[in-house]
Amino acid sequence: MKDPIIQLKGLTKCYGSLKAVDDLNLEIYKGEIFGLLGPNGAGKTTTILMMLGLTDPTSGTAYVCGQNATSSPIAVKRKVGYMPDSVGFYDDMSALDNLIYIGRLNGLPEEQLKARATEVLEIVGLAKDMNKKTATFSRGMKQRLGLADVLIKHPDVIILDEPTLGIDPSGVKDFLALIKELSRQQGLTVLLSSHHLHHVQQVCDRVGIFVNGKLMAEGNIDTLSGNLFGREGYVTSVTVEQPVAEPLPFEQDLMQWEAVTRISVNEKSLEFTCSRDITPAIVRFLVEKGYDIQGVHRKDYGLDDIYEKCFENNLTENTSNEKSVGFFQRSFFTKYKKY
Amino acid sequence: MKSQSVSFKGLSLQNIKNIKASNRSSGSRPFNVIVHKEIADHIRSWRLIVLMGLVVLTFMASMYVSLGNIRSSVGNTNDPDHLFLYLKLLTITDNSIPPFHVFLSFLGPLLGISLGFDAINAEQNGGTLTRLMAQPVYRDNLLLSKFVSSLIVVSSLFLALALLMIGAGLLLTGVRMEPQELLRILGFVIISIAYVAFWLSLSIFLSIKFKQAATSALMAIGIWLFFTVFYQIVINLVVRSVLPDPALLSQGEILAYNEIILGLLRIAPNQLYTDATTTLLMPSVRSLGPITMEQMAGAIPSPLPFKESLMIVWPQVSGLIAATVACFALSYYVFMRREIRS
Repeated sequence: MKDPIIQLKGLTKCYGSLKAVDDLNLEIYKGEIFGLLGPNGAGKTTTILMMLGLTDPTSGTAYVCGQNATSSPIAVKRKVGYMPDSVGFYDDMSALDNLIYIGRLNGLPEEQLKARATEVLEIVGLAKDMNKKTATFSRGMKQRLGLADVLIKHPDVIILDEPTLGIDPSGVKDFLALIKELSRQQGLTVLLSSHHLHHVQQVCDRVGIFVNGKLMAEGNIDTLSGNLFGREGYVTSVTVEQPVAEPLPFEQDLMQWEAVTRISVNEKSLEFTCSRDITPAIVRFLVEKGYDIQGVHRKDYGLDDIYEKCFENNLTENTSNEKSVGFFQRSFFTKYKKY
Repeated sequence: MKSQSVSFKGLSLQNIKNIKASNRSSGSRPFNVIVHKEIADHIRSWRLIVLMGLVVLTFMASMYVSLGNIRSSVGNTNDPDHLFLYLKLLTITDNSIPPFHVFLSFLGPLLGISLGFDAINAEQNGGTLTRLMAQPVYRDNLLLSKFVSSLIVVSSLFLALALLMIGAGLLLTGVRMEPQELLRILGFVIISIAYVAFWLSLSIFLSIKFKQAATSALMAIGIWLFFTVFYQIVINLVVRSVLPDPALLSQGEILAYNEIILGLLRIAPNQLYTDATTTLLMPSVRSLGPITMEQMAGAIPSPLPFKESLMIVWPQVSGLIAATVACFALSYYVFMRREIRS
């Protein structure tokens, strides 16, 4: 495959005893849109800050555009545009002036500055408001201005931290479409973090699911569902008109099919778990047996299920931890009483 | 908002590629860019206007009073400094209001604090610090440019006031100015700037240390109040309770104790500033500590040359600059490796 433009090796960040990011290994390739997905406090922002050299990793290294982000952050920042989650602007300056200031800091030649700033403002659709003070901007407009701010320096990689936070649904759709278009037309690599899976699902080529500082799963949506639900395989559920007797009178016949691994019955609905997709064969079989089929549903795993699955694992872990803590406390107290 | 984005997208995307090919290295350095922007911000900010107005007002008031008394004080031949008209303008008063340099020992810290107390935390709270730090800018450049830009504003204020005073003095009295006087007045301006610089770097440090602008402002004002009001009281109390009764001591011991007390008092930056400015503006001041009768014997009460006065205040000046540098180094140390999050 192509060379990775962002390469994280064993990246770890501890705050005291808390591990915010735990031994993260990740590669992002040129031109792709990668979604970092996870709940609040999963370590997404910390990871991004480490990629930009805004915070030092406890161990491990982050290479961005071939540069070590911790030791040479300036070289990285020249090529990477970063939009923080709560992007702020100088309120008493106009949108255009804000952009020109950032352009100057990036060493853009003075004579191109204004043209360039106007141009990126047009791209994000703020051309009409460019002389307004940013204090009057709405959240969505600020987000757009943030994107313009990122684009003005001609970045190779753009990193967007929670770009969809606080924008209304139609605004989100436009914003994401804009990002996708920019990425495709200019070959930009985009890394965006979000806790909103539907947004990520819309635009990302690949996603990484991030829980408690660990990357639980990584890949495109298909691989992800394969990874997580692999042991369960394909599930087909069939609803019939009359309640079915339990156990199924012909369960033995069906179990002899090599693909079928499990059958469960719940009054009118039958659920078949198979190692490959044999929905048509199941339906044909049931029809031959004289069942009146009302509906057939093949379960499709979206990001939603994947997400839930990840958190589910995480949640059970947490509760078990809590239990053990409680246990220790109890034993401690009983000992204490004895003395 | 939505529809615009759609209509403009196709138009301009191609152009970006072309510009991208052109060089990115030219243009001014980030340090200068930030200094420019900061100075522009300061000049437009209300708080600077108010404080500048305050400084200018006190300056005019003390000038008015000293101009009214200039005739009698220049005619007073008992005073060895009576011929330094322009220094007199800065120092004499009829006790209705203090002279300008005493005013400045109060207002200078306020000026420094007001310019620096929200230097970093306001950017952080506004979410602009992360954005700024995501640009190819060294962190020390940001700190230094905040410091330098405020200092430029303050320096031009003080220098303008001093030059205005000299010009007005020339016009009103028509007396020729001694080169020594000019040097002393410039020295006074430089020491005043160093004094403000100390408070500025202290307040910038506090603005890094505390997340809320209000906390850092209160903290800075607290330190200022402590040094201007309470420090001397505390030292006096401690001295009275710890040191032995002066009646039982020999003269040499009293002198030694006095030196210790003065040394303690000089920890306060405003003490350093007052010492330095009085020595520079009153050429007949020959020592900042106590002088024994033996040392005084045979001395003619005459003004010291500029170089000698400078030698006397040099420890004070270097103390002020050292304190400034120490505060700046501390803020540098705290800021350099800090995680920046909004």
